[in-house]
Amino acid sequence: MQTFLGLYNFWVVIVLMMIGFYIVIAHDNLVKKIIGLNIFQTAVFILYISAGKIQGGTAPILGEPGAVYSHPLPHVLILTAIVVGVATTALGLALIVRIHEAYGSNEEDDLLVLDRREDSP
Amino acid sequence: MSLLWLPFLPLAGALLVVMAGRLPNLREALSLLTAAVLAALTFSWYPVVTAGETPTVVLFDFLGSAQLAFSLEPLGLLFASVASGLWFVTTLYAAGYMRGNNEAHQTRFFTCFAIAICGAMGVALADNLLTLFLFYELLTLSTYPLVTHKGNAAARRGGRIYLGILLGTSIGLLLPAIVLTWVLTGTMRFEPGGILDGQVSQGMATLLYLMFAFGVGKAALMPFHKWLPAAMVAPTPVSALLHAVAVVKAGVFSILKITVYIFGLDFAAQGDITRPVMWVAAFTLIAASLIALTRDNLKERLAYSTVSQLAYITLGAALATSMSVMGGAMHILMHAFGKITLFFCAGAIYTAAHKTLVSELDGLGRAMPFTFGAFLIASLSIIGLPPLGGSWSKWYLMLGALDAEQAIMMAVFMISSLLNIAYLLPIPARAFLFKPPAGSPIGLREAPLASVVPLCLTATGCFCLFFLPGPLMALLSPWNDS
Amino acid sequence: MTAQLPALQILLPMLASALCVLLRSPAGAWLCFTLATWASFAVSVLLVLATRSGAILSYEMGGWEPPFGIELRIDALNAFVLLIVSGMAAVMAPFARSSVLAEIEQTRVYLFYALVLLCLTGLLGISITGDAFNLFVFLEISSLSSYAIIAMGPNRRALLAAFQYLIMGTVGGTFILIGIGLMYMLTGTLNMADLAERLPAMADSRTEKAALGFIVVGASIKLALFPLHAWLPNAYAYAPSLVSALLAATATKVAAYVLIRFIYTVFLPERAFDGLMLSELMMALAAIAMIAGSVVAIFQHNVKLLLAWSSIAQIGYIVLGAALVTTAGLAATTLHLLNHAVAKGCLFLALGVIVWKTGGARLSDLAGLGRTLPWVGAAFVIGALSLIGVPFTGGFITKWYLLVAVAEQELWLLAGAVVLSSLLSIIYMGRVIETLYFRAPSQGTTRSEPVPVLMLSSVWLLALLNVAIGSYSEPFAAIARTAAGQLLGGTP
Repeated sequence: MQTFLGLYNFWVVIVLMMIGFYIVIAHDNLVKKIIGLNIFQTAVFILYISAGKIQGGTAPILGEPGAVYSHPLPHVLILTAIVVGVATTALGLALIVRIHEAYGSNEEDDLLVLDRREDSP
Repeated sequence: MSLLWLPFLPLAGALLVVMAGRLPNLREALSLLTAAVLAALTFSWYPVVTAGETPTVVLFDFLGSAQLAFSLEPLGLLFASVASGLWFVTTLYAAGYMRGNNEAHQTRFFTCFAIAICGAMGVALADNLLTLFLFYELLTLSTYPLVTHKGNAAARRGGRIYLGILLGTSIGLLLPAIVLTWVLTGTMRFEPGGILDGQVSQGMATLLYLMFAFGVGKAALMPFHKWLPAAMVAPTPVSALLHAVAVVKAGVFSILKITVYIFGLDFAAQGDITRPVMWVAAFTLIAASLIALTRDNLKERLAYSTVSQLAYITLGAALATSMSVMGGAMHILMHAFGKITLFFCAGAIYTAAHKTLVSELDGLGRAMPFTFGAFLIASLSIIGLPPLGGSWSKWYLMLGALDAEQAIMMAVFMISSLLNIAYLLPIPARAFLFKPPAGSPIGLREAPLASVVPLCLTATGCFCLFFLPGPLMALLSPWNDS
Repeated sequence: MTAQLPALQILLPMLASALCVLLRSPAGAWLCFTLATWASFAVSVLLVLATRSGAILSYEMGGWEPPFGIELRIDALNAFVLLIVSGMAAVMAPFARSSVLAEIEQTRVYLFYALVLLCLTGLLGISITGDAFNLFVFLEISSLSSYAIIAMGPNRRALLAAFQYLIMGTVGGTFILIGIGLMYMLTGTLNMADLAERLPAMADSRTEKAALGFIVVGASIKLALFPLHAWLPNAYAYAPSLVSALLAATATKVAAYVLIRFIYTVFLPERAFDGLMLSELMMALAAIAMIAGSVVAIFQHNVKLLLAWSSIAQIGYIVLGAALVTTAGLAATTLHLLNHAVAKGCLFLALGVIVWKTGGARLSDLAGLGRTLPWVGAAFVIGALSLIGVPFTGGFITKWYLLVAVAEQELWLLAGAVVLSSLLSIIYMGRVIETLYFRAPSQGTTRSEPVPVLMLSSVWLLALLNVAIGSYSEPFAAIARTAAGQLLGGTP
């Protein structure tokens, strides 16, 4: 019981990760894949941040002396990772716009059918 | 004068030929000159090697401690002499043939010829298995453009089988066998007495011998013999080169060398190490002769004859006695002269009369007496009848079989001789004795001089090799037990 | 100056990338690209010379001491990978001039070069850094820019290929991030050398095994190790010619480096391989990759797809050597990083010339080109012979070392797989060569201008390098052996 409730942050991470991963694999719509990817990446962010939280700690911004701060390094790392995630999402969405212009569809099934039709005229 | 001239002079020759490409006479002259110089240089090593020395040149570390190195010993000198000497004769013949038949891409032809000879010399002079493998593959690759010279669909198909089988066997069986030898013994050098004795178990040695024998695809042991008849799509000088001078001899030479210097005759004679290969060789011997009987295309018949004759040498190696090895080595020389004559004749017949089938050759002997005369002499040499060179090698091979207590192999040799008579003798016999079939063109004359002179030279060689075996015997004296 | 070399290795392409964005003209961008790649190559040569004897260079970014600051740490393996990556980019720069102009719209050429330089920065950064999170950041830099440059291919399928690569690549990168996070939580440090010291104290912890698992899977996705290879064929096939060549020669090598670095230096081999049966798993996957990749390649009509599947097979060789956990195996792997880069680079560049000339890369487009473009045909033959493993080419050297390494461990089935894969490559390479030389040229649209000398020079530089390595490989083999020794000696 202690283990289960005490480590609830890890359970949240796992659930979110699996939901995100599932969306990436199972959905055909390209935009939904990007959303799934985002959820997947957010789960990892939560993993880091929650692990860096110190009981009774506050945000790691220098304020009054003697205060207890949460570990700043995970925050820094995740800021970088968030930037990477934003860039990936932006790139992914840009690709989707171009794909839509070129193919006329956002669904992977349709795209594969169109490609196959091109292959065997 | 360094040993390195022998493998690298042909490369220099190839470069010269490429540069002289636009001037056919200069190009041919350069080819002939290189060939003549190479032959002279090779023969000049006779006294040194016959005296028992083994000159060696180490180039550099090629793969870790495995080196690229050359050394000269009796078997190698024999093969090198055959290759360089007959290169000269073949170039003479090829010049006439290519011009007579107006073939295209002649510069490419002579360049690849030269590179192939470089490969053959490299194989002859190899000091260790790695060097042998390197030049063996060079030989395969440089002869591919020669086999596919005509560039048509048939050439492509023939080339595919040629390259497929040769590369397949060498990368699939020979290379692993070499790696295995390296890993098991720590060395790849050819040493008198072999390097495997005491280092590997009998079972492993048997497996290794099988891998080597089949891995050397150029020796055309069945079932990897298909490339030989497939390579008949090449112009005749290429067939002469392949079947007498470079490619096939490199194959059986490699097997002889591996048997003597990697396994060692004493080790190889133990147990059943060479027994499986012996039986495969015996089977190939007979089966190829039988197939040759059924083939009407002259070149194809000669190809299967070659497969059979190569099996003689492989069998000699597998019998693993001094006499049989000596017989095998002699057969490299005797068969080279005999087969090259036969192929020259086939080419001359094609050039002069445009005939390729045996059934069409009745009565042609009267119009082409020199060609068919040479054909007769070469046939008798291959059959193994005195007073022609081939009888010596047959004699020693049979002595070797007796030594190895394999009387059945003597029977195999004798049956094979009968089969040789059956598929070779009818050709000159019918050419001289039968009348030409009705409707054949009148005015058929002998082939041009450039084709006839070389074949007469090599036919005379078959003769001389019987009467002047002295230098040969002196060279092979380490294996002469009689 | 020499003390700042490690930082220069990353800074040169990064700043050049920014410069490219400022220089709008295609010619200016190309010039900037060429100078930057050549300068990077010069730096990497100096670094190799400094580390080939076994020395380890350490550079503190910003003067902050490790393990708190980011450290750039170069040993023999690193330096070799840097040499390969920057060398390939430098050789391909002359080729890029005409190829890029033909395939990318004029107004975007400068952006294209900027992205390629950014990708190069990322790849070089991955190879040089000694900090795990820094590795992730550079990994994402190189990945994002490669998604973008692949998408700039002429065919619309490039977009879909880039998108699929984006999805898989991001998942892979995120897995690596998870792994790094787990390790950080265990030990409190991100510096790879420090991690190597602190992880053994956490022996048999499930977290450690999970971290290793995530990192191996993440790196395998980037490496396109079977069965995580699905993104590679399309990405290589539909990208612009320069991108296919550059990525084929560099990206997978760097991913292999990441895998080897984490397994051998951070986790230390005994722990990594005992705990998870990693060695057997990698060997099995490598064997399947070698054979499956070759078999699929035989049936391809698009030569770029054929070469991509061939790459998947070659990645099997690379992983096989690493899975053996012996000096011989690791040396073979390291050498193959070089030989495969040179061979595949040469093949893709030759194909790039053909695409430039005929507009397509299908087998039918290649018909008869061996005679109309003899130099390109000859270079292609040399590259093909290297893939098959014929003596006097680089491929033979690798094949020999790999076979010896496998035979020493008496793994006969694996030796058979290596040999079988070579035999299969004879088939698919033979098909292409036959088409080049034996078929009549097709009637498609071909440019009438002769092939630019710069393009041919890149191709032939690689072909000659291939033959040179095949004839005299000792210098590189020595570096490979030093690298293998360092990896197994546990020197972080």
